[in-house]
Order: sequence, then C-alpha cells, then structure tokens
Amino acid sequence: MADAALGVTAERQAVVAAAGAAPSPEWVIVTRGLTRSYDMGGEIVRALRGVDIAVRRNEYVAIMGPSGSGKSTLMNLIGCLDTPNEGEYWLNGQLVSTMSDDALARVRNKEIGFVFQTFNLLPRASALHNVELPLVYAGLPAAERRRKAEDALRRVQLDHRMHHKPNELSGGQRQRVAIARALVNDPSILLADEPTGNLDSQTSSEIMKVFESLSQQGQTVIMVTHEPDIAAHARRIIVLRDGVVASDEKQNQFAARLQATGAGH
Amino acid sequence: MGILEAVRLALATLVTQKLKSAFTLLGVCIGVMFLIAVVSIVEGMGRYMERDLVGKLIGVNVFEVRRAPSINIGDVDPAVWEEYRRRPRLFEDDVAPVVEAMPAGTRWSVYSADVLSVDSRYSRPRRTTVYAVDGEYFEIRNLGVARGRRFAPQEITNGDNVIILGVDLVERLFPGLDPVGRTLRIGGVPYTVVGIAEPQGSAFGISFDNFAIAPYRAPVHRLLNRQPRVIDAIQVQAMNETQLTEAMELARTVMRTRHKLRPGQPDNFSLQTNDTALEFWNRLKGYLVLAGIALPAIGLVVGAIVIMNIMLVAVAERTREIGVRKALGARRRDILSQFLVEAATLSTVGAGIGIGLGYALAQAIAAFTPLPTSVAPWSVAVAVALGAGVGVVSGVYPASRAARLDPVAALRQE
Repeated sequence: MADAALGVTAERQAVVAAAGAAPSPEWVIVTRGLTRSYDMGGEIVRALRGVDIAVRRNEYVAIMGPSGSGKSTLMNLIGCLDTPNEGEYWLNGQLVSTMSDDALARVRNKEIGFVFQTFNLLPRASALHNVELPLVYAGLPAAERRRKAEDALRRVQLDHRMHHKPNELSGGQRQRVAIARALVNDPSILLADEPTGNLDSQTSSEIMKVFESLSQQGQTVIMVTHEPDIAAHARRIIVLRDGVVASDEKQNQFAARLQATGAGH
Repeated sequence: MGILEAVRLALATLVTQKLKSAFTLLGVCIGVMFLIAVVSIVEGMGRYMERDLVGKLIGVNVFEVRRAPSINIGDVDPAVWEEYRRRPRLFEDDVAPVVEAMPAGTRWSVYSADVLSVDSRYSRPRRTTVYAVDGEYFEIRNLGVARGRRFAPQEITNGDNVIILGVDLVERLFPGLDPVGRTLRIGGVPYTVVGIAEPQGSAFGISFDNFAIAPYRAPVHRLLNRQPRVIDAIQVQAMNETQLTEAMELARTVMRTRHKLRPGQPDNFSLQTNDTALEFWNRLKGYLVLAGIALPAIGLVVGAIVIMNIMLVAVAERTREIGVRKALGARRRDILSQFLVEAATLSTVGAGIGIGLGYALAQAIAAFTPLPTSVAPWSVAVAVALGAGVGVVSGVYPASRAARLDPVAALRQE
C-alpha cells in the first residue's frame, strides 16, 4: 500500500482531506471516505470501505480492479445511480451524496454521460431518437433536440446512419451512438463502464480513438475496465482492491511498475 | 417529458407489439362496443317512444278526461286502485259541458273501446279492439283513410251501421277481397265497411292495425260499456302547449263542478296527457340504461385487469429500458407518466375501436331486428372517457412499480 500513495500528489491529498469543504472548481470529482455496504440476505458485504479520489477537469482516468474489488459499486456512486452509506461525493461543485432521487436524476441528466458495456440503446428507437433521449428528459423543445442530437452523432462520425435502428448497426457503431448519447448534454464527465467489453479488438481500438479525441477536446473521461491494455489508453489509472484505492498513478508510472513486478492483472 | 411525447411513445410501442396490444385492447373494446350498442338501442327506443308510439297512444297537445288513468306507471298501490274503482263514471252528459268550456281552436272527440269478437262470411270470428267515436276523432289521432272514406257527418249524427277497419283486421276478415262495401257483424248486428285506415305499423311485435271504428251512436257502443250512457274518454286537442294547460284547467273546473267537489277535495277523475305515457317510458329507460351500463362495466373491469397484467409484464420486460432511462435522467414522474400514458393510450385506442364496432353493431341491430337504434353522442364521449379512465386506473400500480425501480438493479437486469 505504501508505494500506491507515491502516485498521489500532495495537492490531491489536500483536496480529499478537507472534509465538508466544497472543492475548488478545477476538481470535477472529489470523494471523501466513500463507503457502501449491501445486505445480502443477512450478511453485510462491504463493497467500498472508504474511497478517496480527486479528479481534475479534463483528466482521462481508468478505474481498474479485479472482480469484487468494488469498482462497479464505485462506478454506480460516481454515476449518481446509487448513494453512499457514508462519505462525501462532490460532483462539479455539488454535494451529490445527500441528494434525493429526483435531484440525482437531474444530476445524471446534466452532469453525466454514460457509456455501457452492452450499449443499452433502446432497440425500437432510431439512433437519432436514442441520442435525443437525455434531451427529452432535460425538457428541450423538439427542434433543438434534433439539432443537438445530429451534432453529437456528427462528432462520432455517425451522421449518415442516424435513422437506423440499433439492430441495423454494427457493435462499434452502436457504441458510437451510445457515446453520442452520452455527449449530447455536454456532461461534466463521460462515464464508461467496460466500453469495449462486447467489442472485438479492432473495434475496441476505434472506440478508444474516439475517447482519446474527446479527451483531447477537453472532455473529462472516467472509464471502468478490468483490461490493462484498455486502461493503458487513460492518462491516469486508479486500482481498487477490497473496496479501497490500492494505487492511483500516472499511466507511465503504472506501466513502469507493471514492468518491474512483471505481473499483469 | 411532455404528454404528446409520451403518447407518441405509447403509440410506437403499440405498433411494434401489435398482437399483444390487440389482446390488451380486447376487454375495453368489447366493453365499449356493448356500451355504445346498448345505449343506442335505449336511445333508439326512446326516440321511437317519444315520436311515434306515444303519439299513437295520445297525440301531441292532447289530453283525455277519464275516470282513471289508462296508463299506469309501475306498481300501483291497491288502495289507489280501490280509489279509482270508487270514482264516478264518465257519462255522455259530461261531454257537452266540457266541450263548451274549451277555448276556441281546440278539437274534441269522445270514444269508448273494448275488445270484441267480429265476424264476416269469409272468416271465423276474430277478436279486435272496437272503438265507438264521436267528434273529430280521426283528426286528433291523425288517422287517415287509405281506401274508401271517412264517416260522413250525418252517419256520425245518426249512428249509422258503418265501420272503418285497420289493415290487419281487413286481411283476417276479408282475405284476398276488397272489403269496402262488404258487411261484417258485431254482436249479431251488421255493419258496412266504408274505409280502411292507413297502416299504423307495430312496435315490439304488437300491431297497431288490429282495430275497427264505428260512429259513437251506432249500436255497438252498448257492448263497449255495460252501463248505459257511460263513455271511456273525452279527448281534447289544443293548438299549442299553453292552450293545452289552459284547456286542462277549464276541463278540471267543469268536471269538479259536475262532480260537486268542494275546494280541497282531490279530483275524482283523471286528466291524462302524453306526459303520463312518456313518464312510463322514462322510468323504463332508467332501468335499461342501468343495464346498458352494468353489462359493459363487466367488460371494462375485465379489460382493466388485462391491461394491468399486460402493463406489469411490460414493466418486467422493460426493466432494463427503465434503468437506461433513469440513467439518462428520467425522474420517477417521467417513468410513471410514460407507463400511465401508455396504459391510457392503449385503452383509449381500444375504446376507439369499440366505438366503431358498437356503431356497426347498432346499425346491424337496426337492420336485422325490429329494434330501432340511434347512437347517442354522449355515449361516445362516455366511452372515450371510460377508455382513458380504465387505462389510467389499471396503469397506476404497474407504473408506480416501474417508477420506483432502483436504477442500478434495473440496469443489471438481463
């Protein structure tokens, strides 16, 4: 654990340590002592046991960890799909860990763009309509929705297939529709859960190129994955183990350490 | 999310799941169909009653002075019957004072009627309603003569043995023959047929064309009322409703004086208008409308249960979709309204189809049965409201289950 702390800068630690205080605007995500337990038929499973993370705007972060490490739970918390038992979660300057269901829905709509492993497109709706969906819940008028959705599809080079249904699109195209949907509301973070888990390696690298380019355009990207070569596309890699942050390093440090120990994940 | 958006979404779901939707719609569809059809029968009968049937019993702006009402509504108390029985009879001598008191422009007639046996050389004896009439009976009843002629004034004055028949009776007494000029017998007394009345039609299988009409002073009137000089009714037709009220009050005063009633004593005679007959129908209509609502209600309840089930299945099947929608920012109320609107749309579409089928059924009933039908606009409005209402009511539980789903669990659903 000692070497894991090496990657965490003093500044980052300071942000996390200032419990109760709103972080300065450059920090898009700050979690302080996040814990989450589940009651599994009388047995308490402690999925997260105090997770401290601080992410700057425009960072490209991968969250890794073996199964059971709590990375899905952390993703759900970061994605505002779930709330912690204890600890604080600040997203884009708002304390979301104590918000009501409807307030969280609002935050998911405005601040978070989800990309799922299984794409999760509505099968009966066209690509365009799928991309419009977050704007429907944002209450935008139809004409504006359509314009924004077309823009988003153009950003992922799918404007020529916008009237196709998901089953008329390839896996890579479906994931790009999902990315367009995630981007359409200009979210604070793009939150991807195993975005290449259902794709072949060539399509995976295409999708990674899309993420790379979005990151270069200034989009904050958080990606949850268990594949080291996918995680390697991120600038920063956080490894969870047993519900706590085991390491939090720059990509090159992570790679060097992997090389040194000779052990993959 | 706007309501239009939700309706569009619901219609899209409906189109993509045609078969399932069809089954879902069935209950509401059948319920509404029967609602429309049954109400159309009630309405059609109502119009028929008001326009035709009651007009044949008692005309518009007509009242009858009688000993007791001939049209009684519901169960009449035995005490009331007893009171009717004790009333004095109406006599020929009552006619002149009543008629003289009537305002200018009114018509009057007098009649007695009973079912008697009538026979001719060409047929066995037939039973028919025989009327003995005086005054402008044919004008008040608006009864025309299709063949032959009406009674001449002197025939009425003299009480000649002449008679006018309804078409049904003509066929029975004179099969295949022209009856005008031929003779029939009532109580052994011969009468010459001078005319045949215009066909009056029938209602509910009862013919209005089985009758014979003779002048009042003809011998037959002694067979109609066993006591001498007794008559059944004096009919008065006013020119309009205002005059009708006035004429009725005048007749009441005359009759009270003739019966020597003191102020405060109740009338011991009856003034009957077509309101009395209509009131009878209105009461019957109340029961029919109740039946017309109870039967479709069963269909609608079944429809509601089916919709609730289908919606619960839909929520289970679309758990993942609900999870995705929540992840993208749908609030509880968005999911709730989506499923509510979907249920309401489904069931309103069902109601719409039911309205069409009900209309068709009403047309078919009118075409193939003697029942007249008329689709009431209000029943269409009720059907649409019921359709939407059933959808909302049956959608509430499934929709609230959907709205309460935990997004994490919903997204994990395969």
